Amino acid sequence: MTEITLRSWLLAEIPGSRLQARCQWAFINWLAFKRNPVALIGLLIILGLVAVAALAPWITTSNGLELHLSERLQPPSSEHWFGTDELGRDIYDRIIWGSRITLYIVALVSIIVVPIGLVIGIVAGYMGGWVDTCLMRLTDIFLAFPRLILAMALVATLGRGLENAVLAIALTTWSPFARIARAEALTIRNSEFILAARVQGVSTIGILFRHVTPLCMSSVTVRLTLDMAGIILTAAGLGFLGLGAQPPTPEWGAMISLGRQYLIDQWWVPTVPGIAILVVSLGFNLLGDGLRDVFDPKSGS
Amino acid sequence: MIDIRGLNAVFGHGKHAFHAVRDVSLTVDRGQSVGLVGESGSGKTTVLRALAGLLDRVARVDGEMIVAGETLLQHRSREFRRRVQMVFQDPFGSLHPRHTVDTILSEPARVHRLDRIEQRVVNALEEVGLDASFRFRYPHQISGGQRQRVSVARALITDPEIILLDEPTSALDVSVQAEVLNLLMRLRHEHGLTYVLVSHNLSVIAHMCETLSVMQNGSIVETMNVQQLRDHNPTMPYTKQLMTASLGYDRAAIDAFEEFG
Amino acid sequence: MVQTLETPLLSVEDLHVTYDTPTGLVRAVSGVSFELGREKLGIVGESGSGKSQTGRAILGLTAAGGEVRARRMEFEGTDLLTADQPTMRRVRGAGISMIMQDPKYSLNPVMTVGAQIEEAFLIHSKSSKRVAHERTLEMLRAVKIREPQRVYKAYPHEVSGGMGQRIMIAMMMIPEPNIIIADEPTSALDVTVQLQVLAVLDDMIAERRMGLIFISHDLNLIASFCDRILIMYGGKIMEQCTADNLHQAQHPYTRGLLNCLPRLDGGQSELSVLKRDPAWLETTGMAE
Repeated sequence: MTEITLRSWLLAEIPGSRLQARCQWAFINWLAFKRNPVALIGLLIILGLVAVAALAPWITTSNGLELHLSERLQPPSSEHWFGTDELGRDIYDRIIWGSRITLYIVALVSIIVVPIGLVIGIVAGYMGGWVDTCLMRLTDIFLAFPRLILAMALVATLGRGLENAVLAIALTTWSPFARIARAEALTIRNSEFILAARVQGVSTIGILFRHVTPLCMSSVTVRLTLDMAGIILTAAGLGFLGLGAQPPTPEWGAMISLGRQYLIDQWWVPTVPGIAILVVSLGFNLLGDGLRDVFDPKSGS
Repeated sequence: MIDIRGLNAVFGHGKHAFHAVRDVSLTVDRGQSVGLVGESGSGKTTVLRALAGLLDRVARVDGEMIVAGETLLQHRSREFRRRVQMVFQDPFGSLHPRHTVDTILSEPARVHRLDRIEQRVVNALEEVGLDASFRFRYPHQISGGQRQRVSVARALITDPEIILLDEPTSALDVSVQAEVLNLLMRLRHEHGLTYVLVSHNLSVIAHMCETLSVMQNGSIVETMNVQQLRDHNPTMPYTKQLMTASLGYDRAAIDAFEEFG
Repeated sequence: MVQTLETPLLSVEDLHVTYDTPTGLVRAVSGVSFELGREKLGIVGESGSGKSQTGRAILGLTAAGGEVRARRMEFEGTDLLTADQPTMRRVRGAGISMIMQDPKYSLNPVMTVGAQIEEAFLIHSKSSKRVAHERTLEMLRAVKIREPQRVYKAYPHEVSGGMGQRIMIAMMMIPEPNIIIADEPTSALDVTVQLQVLAVLDDMIAERRMGLIFISHDLNLIASFCDRILIMYGGKIMEQCTADNLHQAQHPYTRGLLNCLPRLDGGQSELSVLKRDPAWLETTGMAE
């Protein structure tokens, strides 16, 4: 009786089902991705971020919100690994809880930006004509918006808060995705497999959804991971301006903002959240580069 | 079965207008295999695409086309799409790179809401000489000849009556071409299919078709029975030249080549 | 043209081209040997037969990752295997030149036709620009281009496929090489244009007493154009014969290829299908 291991199932010559075929495809791409050590570092960082966010209740001693004014501005020690901030809160704990907020920002922006960008892009690219023109001008309008001004406008209308900051970021970030999706759709539009689908009688929606979209996903994913660093930095910037997360939420950007006056003497207060942002941005960048090398090898080495 | 009268197709506007098909008329009887042969730019592929309704947003199409009694208008009906299928030239390009063979073959069945989809897929694969192990492979995992077989299988799923073939073997190796041509011939006899075959290769057309029309610069230069071709007896000088050229390199004959239009 | 008994221009003995890929060793060419005199030699094979790889190996143009080995690979006394870069640069163009399939990809799109041909000339000859200009116009006329002045100033995308290939021929012939390797030079062209381009090539080769290696998948074309033919399969030569004797070919692969071609005057019966025998890949397979 032959033992069927996961590995042999993934490497089998003849896939027996669609699921197996898809898993095999993912596995082969994973093997290609794995060959790039720098990309693996990126992946580890992001996985680390997720792990830290998930395990927050177990790896922190407090929720990072309680004030201990007697312990203000303590340097890093065995008791407070990253020291304390101006209100005596343990910075290590705040960083850990802040990771959840970072992930929240990342997820929320992705969920808004990718569907909007994809839909607008592929419809514009595939339909062409005046539909294309209108949608692209719409895209241009949003591309031209300065993020901070829009954030301030939204804050003025809707009030301060992390969600509004995220909305502002999302509204100014979807445009490049629409362009990427449109570029792919334009290339694919006249391919013979699309013509074949039309001859089969597949509806336009069917073609857009089942034929065009899957081919845009890799460029969009790569672009998203590469943009993620910028999104996090923007959220941090908005937090820095007081337009994003409101105190006492331990959002990393807000931590830098409130801590910057202590940079000279109590360097750990703004620096540690700064390093956290740096590491996560770097992680996304490396991951994005690695994904791009796997999906679009021509553009790399 | 197919009746085309005065077909015209123009790409682009004004100064850049390109009159790809000029006043083409063609008749195909049920069960017949008709060839359209010509060099690049002759308009032969455009005629096929006009018939398939693929010129929708790219060209202005005029003229009458009647297929199985139905006069073709701007949009093709669902019944037309079931009856009339197409096989394309590029074996790689005509299959979606991210779809498995199974997905590719089930799609037409789903679109037309046919029953017993899985059975149809397995049958179609069998008919084209591919066994069930091909079902869940991706196009890049199979050879050019096998991909073209999948294209043919896809065309058979809806039980069509007419198959339009656009240079189906031009991108294949000679030995693979022979297999695919044999397959196409067998299927035609078994299912009583009607073929319209476009090719630049006179030998392929001579092998596969009963009648052929020679196209040049958008118009039909000559329509003839394949026997005329086999007897090396074309009427028009353009056809004669095309035929001489298909036979191979003949230094003396080349000097006599004319530039046609 | 019958092969004379002078020393061959090119001698290749036991050529191997191997690629090391993640999925294992790929033997693109395994043990190919032949000689080229002042004649038209055709190498015919299907895709993956190694015919293009053979041509590229001769010129040292094998892609990165490929290893070229041979017992001997000599061009007019120069050992192509051990030649250093400067020597190979001299050989390429002035000794052996290559014409490829699609002029769209082998002509520089941002330079005029005339500029490119002049450049090809000046690389191998220390002359003035005026001489280069004259020679370029001469070559354009030699490839039967009717308005050389106009074409001189044109860009590659402004000329037709057939003219593009003739321009390629002009460019490759101007340094006066002794051998031309043509890799599917006419496959992208219409059949009448193909033959016209080949006629130009034929005349020039005869006039300059050059050797030609013509690589193609089109057995019919090679049989009617070339003097001698090598049939390749799976990286090996299956058979060598003169073009006239092709129809008496012995090797089952060659016979198989000949028989599976649809013919203009053939019937509509089933085409015979090539049955690949794995034994062909085992032996050297050469039949004289």
